[in-house]
Amino acid sequence: MSTLLIWIVLIPFLSAALMGLVYLTGLRSNHLFYTITGILAPLLSGLFSLFIGWELLGSSADVVLHVEAFQWIALGDFDIAVAFMADRLTAVMLFFITFIGTLIHIYAAGYMSDDEAYGKFFSFFNLFMGSMLLLVLADNPIIMFVGWELVGLSSYLLIGFYHQDAKNIKAANKAFMLNRVGDFGFIIALSVLFIALEGDAFTFESIKANIGFLDNSLIALVGMLLFVGAMGKSAQIPLYVWLPDAMAGPTPVSALIHAATMVTAGVYMVARFSFLYNEVPEVGEFIALIGAFSALFAALIASYQSDIKKILAYSTMSQLGYMFIAVGLGAYSSGIFHVFTHAFFKALLFMGAGAVIVALHHEQNIFKMGGLRKHLGLVYVTMFIATLAISGIPPFSGFFSKDAILAAAFASGNYGIWMMATLTAMLTAYYMFRMLFIVFFANGHEYSNIPVLSRMMTWPLVVLAVGSAFAGLLGVNEAYGGSNGFASFIALPDRSHQLSHLAEYMLGFLNVLMALIGTGLAYKMFAVSAKEPIGDTFWKSLVMHKFYIDELYDRLIVRTLRMLSVMSDKVIDNKGVDGILHLFVSGYKTAGLLFTRLQNGKVRYYALYILAGIAVMSLLMLDTMEAM
Amino acid sequence: MTPEPFFALATVLFSLGIVGIISRRNLFVIYMSIELMLSSVNLILAVFSRLHGDMNGSVIALLMIAVIAAEAALFLAIIVGLYRQRRTLDSDVFSKLSQRDTL
Repeated sequence: MSTLLIWIVLIPFLSAALMGLVYLTGLRSNHLFYTITGILAPLLSGLFSLFIGWELLGSSADVVLHVEAFQWIALGDFDIAVAFMADRLTAVMLFFITFIGTLIHIYAAGYMSDDEAYGKFFSFFNLFMGSMLLLVLADNPIIMFVGWELVGLSSYLLIGFYHQDAKNIKAANKAFMLNRVGDFGFIIALSVLFIALEGDAFTFESIKANIGFLDNSLIALVGMLLFVGAMGKSAQIPLYVWLPDAMAGPTPVSALIHAATMVTAGVYMVARFSFLYNEVPEVGEFIALIGAFSALFAALIASYQSDIKKILAYSTMSQLGYMFIAVGLGAYSSGIFHVFTHAFFKALLFMGAGAVIVALHHEQNIFKMGGLRKHLGLVYVTMFIATLAISGIPPFSGFFSKDAILAAAFASGNYGIWMMATLTAMLTAYYMFRMLFIVFFANGHEYSNIPVLSRMMTWPLVVLAVGSAFAGLLGVNEAYGGSNGFASFIALPDRSHQLSHLAEYMLGFLNVLMALIGTGLAYKMFAVSAKEPIGDTFWKSLVMHKFYIDELYDRLIVRTLRMLSVMSDKVIDNKGVDGILHLFVSGYKTAGLLFTRLQNGKVRYYALYILAGIAVMSLLMLDTMEAM
Repeated sequence: MTPEPFFALATVLFSLGIVGIISRRNLFVIYMSIELMLSSVNLILAVFSRLHGDMNGSVIALLMIAVIAAEAALFLAIIVGLYRQRRTLDSDVFSKLSQRDTL
């Protein structure tokens, strides 16, 4: 059974390699082959994941499946095997990654159908699937890091997919470099952990078993450094600036990688290291604080954006903030639950946005849309459901997961974080309904020849809409008459705080009220007519320019680095290092000039040199003979 | 009979040879100077052979005379060849190996 784990990872990689090879041999127009191979890989992985999930569902909560593929590195203590494990957390991740992955692959077959590099796209896409599955299935942090890097690579490849435009390449580079900053923290954390554990077997289980022997401050350091990695991958302050730019990639990529799966890797990682973070709750509080700030900050920016994909990107960052609030405060199952529900509705929102973009011939500015509900009925209905879900209107999925997070924040006593999160909930409803109203209601434009969307693009929307509507019912807590099924299934070591049912009702009511206020505001301002915002006041222009963070980073980091580079090029290298070298060179040159005088080609001079040489040698010989 | 006068003679001959090579430019004179130096070395060999009562030195000296005779044929041929090239016997003219294009 557990050998299936190997196949789950291997199949997407194999299909990626196969498609890549076929693409390179020049068979580029064979779309049917790429479609079938591309969709089959996540489908098979998904089926196998279901088997694994079924197996785990039937056994007790602490059963973990292990399988070792092969020994990778064995250098004394440094003994790393390519091994996979699956516990219930993995099973949840596997399920939604493969399920949503399959749907988005089907959608992509429609979305990308006109693209020249169709095969390349699917090859990269399956590479991503394999890397992501490797990340979640890894049995030790080293393999997890390999997956972590590989998803970064495939993200880079796919952001820069439309490589004809230099702007997209720049966005891809930005994403890659900012992720490197985070990954540096990650790998330092792993090194510190490895050294501290003095070379005990370096798997998650053995780390968990030995974590108690470590110094608390050391664990805090490792926890902080790991979170730096999560900041990069999951786009949290201050390493978030790549995510909005990453929207340069094709929309299916944004849906799968930059909304549903890869960006949640940071949350998954914190949940995977929950045993570590439980030792140092103050690091967790810091994580929650960063999450709260990111959530509020991104929601503010999203409220003033006019690019449909940028709005969704900031929304993703904001929702990731929620997840970090949850995992930071020890409510790991709530965090993963939000990862789970968010994957459905955010993938749906992106795919709906992609459908709108295709229908309007690659128009992304929402203020050039409007009144589309008559033309794109199905897209409208599904996106409406997703918007309700993300805004936290019951009984749609987002309500339950977000409510669980807010309740956890309130119960843990971090009222500042709770207030920020609640305010964000209002803003979420506001900016999401703003987008929905502007795109589908508002004063309609005249549209000519809106193409009919293929079924490949619309059916996945319907499936995801069903998911967005009902996925939340898996985790209804006791207060709402459920059994808290998700949390008890996933069995993570939550630091839970009890909250009375009355308080839960009050909080839930407050959330819905906040969401309704946001919706009402959006309705009042944008439902009938929408004008593009102009930065006429200081506050507005500040938010519209995304708080000038990109410019700030440019000034502080990019320009400083460039100045340093220019200085070391022009001054240190040119004047310093080269100067010393030139000094030597000119020394050799003058010496050489002197010696060329000796070489005048005249035999009698040469004879003289020989004589001089012999004379010196003879003198030396005489000297040594005398010494004897 | 003391060997010192022979040493003195050999030294004088050798020095004359050296000065001849260095200061004269006529190829024939250079050749003769070389011969002079060889003769002085031969003389030294013979003297030491006699001093030590060992005939090996004398044998080598005799051998050298034969070699020098053969070498003379070669040397004269080279000089004739050189003369045919440049129509001169000035050794300074033959300076193809000099570093002319100084930096």
